[in-house]
Amino acid sequence: MTAIDPTAHLTAEQIEELGHELDAIRDEVIAGRGEKDAAYIRRVISAQRKLELVSRGVLLFSVFPPAWLLGTAGLSVAKIMDNMEIGHNVLHGQWDWMRDPKIHSTTWEWDHVSPADQWKHSHNELHHTYTNVIGKDNDLGYGIMRVDEDQEWHPFHLGQPLWNFINACFFEYGIAAYDLELGENLHRRRRKNPEFRARAKAVGRKIRKQVLKDYVIHPLLSGPSFLTTLAATFTANLVRNLWSHSVIMCGHFPEGVQVFERRSIEGETRGQWYLRQMMGSANISGSRAMHFMTGNLSHQIEHHLFPDLPSNRYAEVAVKVRALFEKYELEYVTGPLPKQVFSAWRKVFRLSLPNKKPEVKTPDRERELVAA
Amino acid sequence: MTSAALRSRAWKVLEMVTTPLLPSDYLDLVSPLRAGADLRGRIEAVHPETDDAATVVIRPGRGWRGHTAGQYVRIGVDVDGVRLWRAYSITSPTHRQDGRVTITVKAIPDGKVSNHLVRRARPGTLIQLDQATGDFVLPQAKPAKVLYLTAGSGITPVMGMLRDIEFDDVVMVHCAPRPQDVIFRDELHDLVADKKMRLVEVHTDTDGMLDIARLDELVPDWAERETWACGPAGLLDAAEEHWSEHGVQERLHTERFRPGIVVAADGCGGGEVTFRATGKTVAADGATPLLDVGEEAGVLMPSGCRMGICFGCVTPLKAGAVRDLRTGEITEAEPGVLIQTCVSAAAGPCDIER
Repeated sequence: MTAIDPTAHLTAEQIEELGHELDAIRDEVIAGRGEKDAAYIRRVISAQRKLELVSRGVLLFSVFPPAWLLGTAGLSVAKIMDNMEIGHNVLHGQWDWMRDPKIHSTTWEWDHVSPADQWKHSHNELHHTYTNVIGKDNDLGYGIMRVDEDQEWHPFHLGQPLWNFINACFFEYGIAAYDLELGENLHRRRRKNPEFRARAKAVGRKIRKQVLKDYVIHPLLSGPSFLTTLAATFTANLVRNLWSHSVIMCGHFPEGVQVFERRSIEGETRGQWYLRQMMGSANISGSRAMHFMTGNLSHQIEHHLFPDLPSNRYAEVAVKVRALFEKYELEYVTGPLPKQVFSAWRKVFRLSLPNKKPEVKTPDRERELVAA
Repeated sequence: MTSAALRSRAWKVLEMVTTPLLPSDYLDLVSPLRAGADLRGRIEAVHPETDDAATVVIRPGRGWRGHTAGQYVRIGVDVDGVRLWRAYSITSPTHRQDGRVTITVKAIPDGKVSNHLVRRARPGTLIQLDQATGDFVLPQAKPAKVLYLTAGSGITPVMGMLRDIEFDDVVMVHCAPRPQDVIFRDELHDLVADKKMRLVEVHTDTDGMLDIARLDELVPDWAERETWACGPAGLLDAAEEHWSEHGVQERLHTERFRPGIVVAADGCGGGEVTFRATGKTVAADGATPLLDVGEEAGVLMPSGCRMGICFGCVTPLKAGAVRDLRTGEITEAEPGVLIQTCVSAAAGPCDIER
């Protein structure tokens, strides 16, 4: 919805052709899914469980500083793996094809205060369908921020750098509130709605379990290390929250990412849907370890095109997708994590103030013009 | 506090630590065959029997409750990363000292699981197991005379019986295309050499298919024998008719490996199938089992024998109607109605609880 539409040079036929080419990429991966992929996710799950177990074991002696450091680092990584490469992707149904009831989107639960089924609804059904459509995709600023010039300014947005920071620290609670549509439900006095109450209760139960585990039982089991273990689990949750918040901010908020008007998606074809996902997402470049720790959300563009393909395949898909960006002269927004985080934060600061309706968007230095 | 109560307390605390997982999710990492775990088994060896058949030796988990000769077991095997369930007859005797069980598998054309087990399964692989089940078993009281009538891989449950119990007077009539296709041939011939039974081999490549009327000549006293028959539908249908004609149907026990399908392949009906729990809706024709439709759509469908006998796949039908592919019978949704998805196809739009 920028003044210059970066897809204006494409004809309707080209857009459909692009759709067919993307379908072909998808079909190829689906036809090739097999034993190696299954072994991959089982290996990751097993490694995550062992890491969590060992880290929590080490933290039983967290009164000794080296044990605290080691255990906290391990638990932080384990929680990030649980949420990113495992939880997010399993809940997308990326591994449903294995027909293993223990690794399936309908049975999985994650180390997170938002219950899996509520998150699946708000994330898979709403965000992934209405990606970056103003008024439809609440991920655009999570309802507490303006992340595009075309979103209406309100004095509340003056504080958005602070809101964003608080949200980052307690991200999992932010997501739980968001999945509950808490603001809306409280605001519209729908508190009595039995469906809302049931969901709120489910969140309450999940929070209680998570809090008991991290802040009561585990510290108690640590005996004399009670306080240090408490500090360790708090730190691990904080690290996980800051990390996942940063990664997710990079997915749709950096400069160069497009947003769309509600009416622009009426009667949208498959090709146009693909195009919206391509223009509405941004990647993070980096090493294999970086991709892994982001749960392959560093391949946000590919993930948005094919949300249910196994995450270990996004890297190879990215090569082909990027070639299509080049072929159709579209901008592939990507960059290293610090640069993308900075870009997203700068936008949060900039848009905390009102702006004139934009005339022309000049290319940002964050943009990487693949076609060039 | 009793020790049991103490243990259950300790377990509760463990669950509070492992949430959202269960303690068993961690125990499975180190001890997948332990007591209390989901029933699994480990493949210990795969012995070729013929060109296209092999015996798989399985060490069952601690929860295995044993079997009765003639029964089958459902196993879940990951083939190309996809968990597939099939039922196979157990061929090991019930009193095997080392506690292992064996199944003997014949690779059928395009059979994903059978080909995998015969040609690609490796020792050390974990598989999912169910408890042994099936009514194709020997009676408590020893019959005086026994006839085993088998064809192809239909010999497998009977081999489990032969290895388990000896009878005074046993005749076996077994059909296979060629001598080298007879599974367990050496062992059968050893039994004959030891005078434990009489064996009639029918080699259908040279002798043609067994005409059931020839039994009079092959086993003159067949009507006096308690008979266990297992093989293709053609043989079993003929046997059932033959035994009925002679009024001795109560002596015949059969085991089928394939459902008899009556609904034509082009099947009328079909419709939109909604998988309620998964939230998926797909189009299905009137001839494809709902189990296949669901699996194709990525729905977590329980399954077993895939032929309508084991009831491992039953699922509530919430709305609409389905057709039984074996009988053509229509079942309509009502509270509490369960359908066997492996032998039911959509008869119009339907909604099932998966």
